[in-house]
Amino acid sequence: MRRVVITGTGLVTPMGCGTDISWSRLIGGESGIRRITNFEVDDLAAQIAGQLPRDPSAEGAYNPDDWMEPKEQRKVDPYIIYGVAAAELALRDAGWQPQTDADQIATGVLIGSGVGGLEGIVEAGYTLRDKGARRISPFFIPGRLINLISGHVSIRHKLRGPNHSVVTACSTGAHAIGDAARLIIWGDADVMVAGGAESPVSRIGLAGFAACKALSTSYNDRPGQASRPYDRDRDGFVMGEGAGVVVLEELEHARARGATILAEVVGYGLSGDAFHITAPAEDGDGAYRCMQMALNRAGVGVDEIDYINAHGTSTMADTIELAAVERLVGDAASKISMSSTKSATGHLLGAAGAIEAIFAALAIRDNVVPPTLNLDNPEVETPIDLVPKVARKRQVDIAVSNSFGFGGTNASLVLRRVDL
Amino acid sequence: MSDIADRVKKIVIEHLGVEEEKVTESASFIDDLGADSLDTVELVMAFEEEFGIEIPDDAADTILTVGDAVKFIEKAQA
Repeated sequence: MRRVVITGTGLVTPMGCGTDISWSRLIGGESGIRRITNFEVDDLAAQIAGQLPRDPSAEGAYNPDDWMEPKEQRKVDPYIIYGVAAAELALRDAGWQPQTDADQIATGVLIGSGVGGLEGIVEAGYTLRDKGARRISPFFIPGRLINLISGHVSIRHKLRGPNHSVVTACSTGAHAIGDAARLIIWGDADVMVAGGAESPVSRIGLAGFAACKALSTSYNDRPGQASRPYDRDRDGFVMGEGAGVVVLEELEHARARGATILAEVVGYGLSGDAFHITAPAEDGDGAYRCMQMALNRAGVGVDEIDYINAHGTSTMADTIELAAVERLVGDAASKISMSSTKSATGHLLGAAGAIEAIFAALAIRDNVVPPTLNLDNPEVETPIDLVPKVARKRQVDIAVSNSFGFGGTNASLVLRRVDL
Repeated sequence: MSDIADRVKKIVIEHLGVEEEKVTESASFIDDLGADSLDTVELVMAFEEEFGIEIPDDAADTILTVGDAVKFIEKAQA
């Protein structure tokens, strides 16, 4: 069977624009969550978010002009720009810019988003009501379609292989990487640019998720403490924005061109809860089965798992996931580290699974596991190391990344160190 | 240049992100100013909004250059 490896990463996160800055701040225990200042929040229940650092003087600042011409930015919702930026970073990191017909046709794109366009739809709604149908821009639809991230990336880099997208709420990024890996395994492509992007931090996005009772609302005056997975005082997730994109490549293709290999994608599992539109099944069975499927596919035993990047959103669902992991790993629990990096980044919805798979791959590269910030008082006791507050140096050869989304859609990825 | 021509020029510069000196009377939106078919639809909408006129689709199809737009608008407002 063809093997698939990660040869490039692009992170655009609340920790910074770039993989190195996002990772070093994460390992340093910094939080990317702040009070929102660029739009009115006084009437919103949740007034904080993980927003991209935009102050140009800050290290790792995000400037959309670096990634898309201003006249093009006007035509799209921000998630498309975030995705274009992360894909550009990942392709640069991989050193892959296909020039020949054969290389361009062998390279595809599979980038998704959970929600896609929001602000542009609100604005067009006002235009339709106030000025009439003849004033709706021809860019309204192509600037909001979720698969247009993949479209823009393919156009910019002349990537003419499979062009696809995923929309599975908070599992989007993980499904995108898993499905893209399969396209490579089946020989439909040799290289895939895969991941997720999201721009939900807006009045309509915050109002909508708050109405689902999903968001943290008690920490508006202490933003850095708001995302606290497994802690007894957690009260909901903190929304984040950004994108994560990887370059996936067939192993021999990567070796032949001397690419730097970060990790191998060895397992992918998927399941459905068949339970509720927003709440996870209380028995955690969907989570359990998708992890189990991914491990079976990888041929990895539970006693080989070193690190789990949890879905861990800082909601009631954290303990359901934890119980599912305990059920899965049994006696191996005491040698596993499991943390939620959403404690630092917030929850980037459709981008989360891709960002967290990248963090899991970096944990393998550097033999260090990122911390779960703000874990002062774990709600439940567990033999699993939840990596409270401080990153931990430890051997990481096998890492699992979990993502669970609204609609009861679950995905797990298994990554493994590649010995060169 | 007339007031109408100045306003047309300003809209074209803003929407297509082109340099002012390229926006001459004879400049073609698609061939000279890098517009695609969707850009031209949006330009026509912007002219309608700016000048409070209606440009039917068959008329819009004949507006290919900056000068075409200026002439159409002058006539519509006469």
